[in-house]
Amino acid sequence: MGFDDTIAAIATPRGEGGIGIVRVSGSRAIDIACQVFRSPRGVSPAELPTHTLTYGHVVSLLPAGDIAGDRPPRYEKKTDSQPRHYEQIDEVLLGVMRAPKTYTAEDIVEFNCHGGIVPLTAVLEVVVKAGARLAEPGEFTKRAFLNGRLDLAQAEAVAELIGSKTELSRKIALNALEGKLSENVNHLSDRVAGLLAEIEASIDFPEEELDFMKVEMQHQTAHTIQADLTRLLETAEEGRLIKEGINVAILGKPNVGKSSLLNALVQRERAIVTDIPGTTRDTIEETILLMLQEPTAIGRKNVTDEEDVIFCNDTKSLGGIPMNLIDTAGIRQTADIVEQEGVQRSKAVLDKAEFLLLMFDASQPLAEADVELLQTANSHQAILILNKTDLPIVTRPEALREFCPEKRVVQTAIPEGNGLDALKAAIREALLGDAFVMGDSPIVTNARHQDALRRANQGLNDAIESLANAMPPELVAVDLHISLDALGDIVGKTTTEDILDRIFSQFCIGK
Amino acid sequence: MITQTTLTQRIAKYEKRYDVIVVGAGHAGCEAALAAARMGCETLVVTINLDTIAKMSCNPAIGGLAKGHLVKEIDALGGEMAKNIDKTGIQFRRLNTKKGPAVRASRAQADKKAYQDEMKRVLETQERLDIKQVLVEELLVEDGRCLGILSQTKTAYLAETVILTTGTFLKGLIHIGDISYSAGRAGESAAEKLSESFLSLGFEIGRLKTGTPPRVNAHTVDFSVMDIQPGDEDPGPFSFSTERITQPQLPCYLTHTNEKTHQLIRENLHRSAMYSGRIVGIGPRYCPSIEDKVVRFAEKTAHQVFVEPEGRNTDEIYLNGISASLPEDVQVAMVHSISGLENAEIMRFGYAVEYDFAPATQLKPTLETKQVENLYFAGQLNGTTGYEEAAAQGLMAGINAALKVQRKEPFVLDRAQAYIAVLIDDLVSRDIREPYRMFTSRAEYRLTLREDNADLRLTELGRQIGLVDDGAYRRFQTKAAQIQSERARLQQTVLKPTPERLSSAVLANILETGQLKQPTSLAELLKRPALRYEQIARLAPPQDALPPAVKEQVEIQIKYHGYIQRQQRQIQQFKKLENFPIPEAFDYADVPGLKIEAREKLARIRPASIGQASRLPGVSPADISILTVMLHQQKRNV
Repeated sequence: MGFDDTIAAIATPRGEGGIGIVRVSGSRAIDIACQVFRSPRGVSPAELPTHTLTYGHVVSLLPAGDIAGDRPPRYEKKTDSQPRHYEQIDEVLLGVMRAPKTYTAEDIVEFNCHGGIVPLTAVLEVVVKAGARLAEPGEFTKRAFLNGRLDLAQAEAVAELIGSKTELSRKIALNALEGKLSENVNHLSDRVAGLLAEIEASIDFPEEELDFMKVEMQHQTAHTIQADLTRLLETAEEGRLIKEGINVAILGKPNVGKSSLLNALVQRERAIVTDIPGTTRDTIEETILLMLQEPTAIGRKNVTDEEDVIFCNDTKSLGGIPMNLIDTAGIRQTADIVEQEGVQRSKAVLDKAEFLLLMFDASQPLAEADVELLQTANSHQAILILNKTDLPIVTRPEALREFCPEKRVVQTAIPEGNGLDALKAAIREALLGDAFVMGDSPIVTNARHQDALRRANQGLNDAIESLANAMPPELVAVDLHISLDALGDIVGKTTTEDILDRIFSQFCIGK
Repeated sequence: MITQTTLTQRIAKYEKRYDVIVVGAGHAGCEAALAAARMGCETLVVTINLDTIAKMSCNPAIGGLAKGHLVKEIDALGGEMAKNIDKTGIQFRRLNTKKGPAVRASRAQADKKAYQDEMKRVLETQERLDIKQVLVEELLVEDGRCLGILSQTKTAYLAETVILTTGTFLKGLIHIGDISYSAGRAGESAAEKLSESFLSLGFEIGRLKTGTPPRVNAHTVDFSVMDIQPGDEDPGPFSFSTERITQPQLPCYLTHTNEKTHQLIRENLHRSAMYSGRIVGIGPRYCPSIEDKVVRFAEKTAHQVFVEPEGRNTDEIYLNGISASLPEDVQVAMVHSISGLENAEIMRFGYAVEYDFAPATQLKPTLETKQVENLYFAGQLNGTTGYEEAAAQGLMAGINAALKVQRKEPFVLDRAQAYIAVLIDDLVSRDIREPYRMFTSRAEYRLTLREDNADLRLTELGRQIGLVDDGAYRRFQTKAAQIQSERARLQQTVLKPTPERLSSAVLANILETGQLKQPTSLAELLKRPALRYEQIARLAPPQDALPPAVKEQVEIQIKYHGYIQRQQRQIQQFKKLENFPIPEAFDYADVPGLKIEAREKLARIRPASIGQASRLPGVSPADISILTVMLHQQKRNV
């Protein structure tokens, strides 16, 4: 059984080491590599022998005349009649593996990029723009199986994995629905459906004396929708949404174990994505992707290759929450400076943080600074961490609850690793629970969203053209259906039944 | 609790054994019986009343948007409805002529009585088909197989397969104002005992409602104040076998309700059966009662009333648009408030009817029940409305019952082939909330499923199952060949931009739509939106004059080539899933990872293919992936 389209996804567990892989599989894989890969020697991927690695850059074609940011374009083909400009996305090693001796038994190319979600996402986006489709959950494995590359036991395991994934994405999808993007897309989809209902009603009920929208009005409506869609698409393109995560601050008095917690989180998640210098010298920010389920729970079966797939799909379906961890290391180091300054600094951190991890020392009585922190906690999303529970206990959880009866208290002994899983579970629950509304949707999903928005835009474009050319309504409807379907990939499908519902609530129809 | 009659009991058995028995002789029953008999099965059709064969219980019209499509498909497959309306229609119209070819549709007003008589005659003269007036009391079922039927007079009629097409007769309940009484149609008794037998077999039952408007005497109507709606000057037939419509046409008329009408209805709303809470069944939103229209669209000051003759030999007039369940005195006042109907005498009052239906998710795509083997359901019983929807199901049930008798592969169409398939696939896959009517918007591949190409899509298939007769098949072959050669001719004939040719008068019009820069084929030229086939053909006429249907087809195929191609690609994608069968006994409990909702849905509906499974509400793409993997795996194991 052959597949027509070419699929792509990030194929490495997040943050594992310094290298990440974007995998592309399908008949157009090599063609796509030709479009987005430039080697310094000018070798085209089409000429590369199978199962080789080649050094080069992933580039994105810019409109003519547009010069890429800070670096001049390097790998222009001298033969091109028109100068073309490329924006370099990442320095990569390109792996070319030709069918059938590959994981999926199809042509595969792999871009070995610098690890980290931002560059990986950028490469994935370029690849999708070049004609690949984002892989569905488990799709590499599905292809591998259907093309005869996996045995029974493996396939079974995969089915389970995909299954557990589904529940997960559903849960997250609900959460994402609260996000801004979904709200926007829902609104757009609603307007396209409204226009479509007008057109469908005029087709199916020609004899009714109804005030159907005139073609000029349809045209204008389609234009307005498209303008908004384009604007949304632009914000997505800017990657503004992608860079946003949840700002989490770890606060506590000196020596309570903030840095160990930070390190523990980062290490345990194996997911240091980037090292962004803080806004102030002494605040360190780290972005980690908090897994929604422990990797063990997602399934570390003996299907080594699949694991990658599952992880990458996990990312795709909002499987992780990017947390920008702010360690207020500065407060500790400058304990001798005037108190005023310390207060100001922690205030700055508090302003920025959307979620607080407040740490207290179980082996010491509550200090004044601790009480201040506890008072702060009540006006924030926060979890209280009672650390150093491996030492003789002086302060008990009840003491913290006296100040913050509503907050969750987690007891830990960080260096021993005690209570860390409970803490992560508590964070997940707090972030995914009703109480916390996430800002914009997390990272890699946006590539999928962008892909969908782009298709929706194309559909609208075609519809506008059809309307301008006075094409019959059923042809305009085809274009609008495509647009609506694409938006449906983000917010859920609009069915025929939904359109009919609209028609009947909008118009008095029927003899 | 009803005890099931068994064949070991001492009951009289009718001397003849049938291959197929059809219960009910409405639009579904007639098509089912004819199809089975024509395919070579010994067939019996039974009805409560022989005088109501193919009765049009509601409006006197066949066709319309998407419904005309169904009728033409029925015809292409060898069904009867199109031929029958061609013979008995009194007004023919093409709708949406200003829109594209995919949504143009035919509709005809019927002479109701003539339609019935003609259909009855066709049944009577059909070989291998017996017609009997029998009231069926019970379905004979043993060990999960249907063996026949038991009549009210305790005669058992045995058959290999039974098709139930009982329309609104199962627990039919008529409402007018605060009066309710048991009936299948006004003046005809419901099938009470059969309803009970039906329930005792364990079928799930739902309740629906529909309504019909008052009918008046033409002598008491003032047509002069109404808008006249004549038929088409050049009436087009439904059947691909009908050469032309020759009978004279009758006009319809159009009038409107007004504020006075609405006021009257509002004041008496509490006396309407619908609004007093007496009716539990759900009615169709696209065919609302006048009470509904006035309540839900209060801002509208007038609603259309189509004044339609019921036949040539009757003066009864159907007031289409004011279906009502109001008490009789209010109906009289309501009718009299309408312009032109001030003195109209109501001959039959409007009413609402509630009836049991069997959600068709209990059926396979062949329309055989999953629960009882050899038993098929078709028509309004499955929750549809409309003569055309009923006839389409009847035809398919008849075909599949016959194929089963003949131990042949079932005949199931897919959504890219026919509206008939869209209809049946929707019915067997989705839970119906209201009476189901076909709309063109229900078809994903609307551009491909046109009235004009129904024969090209389906005649060959109809021929294979033995329903298309020699004459119809020959005509089809000729037409197909003509289309092909004319298309080829237009593609091969090239117009060169030489000066002498460009000066020709015929060309002047064509060049107005754009200059000719290079040699261009006539086919290419025809793609220009402003140009029609006739203009192009004048440049280089075909050797032999072509029939209009051929010219139309050539024009459509060339003009919309791009769009049709695009749809073809979608269809190819769709067919992949569609042609991936799921074994009937597949155990969804064994599939790891399915969502609970999806698992329940799949286990209940038991879809026949991955395609059908993917259309079930609540089943996600991830569920489909899992299912596909599991099925592949099973195949490999076997």
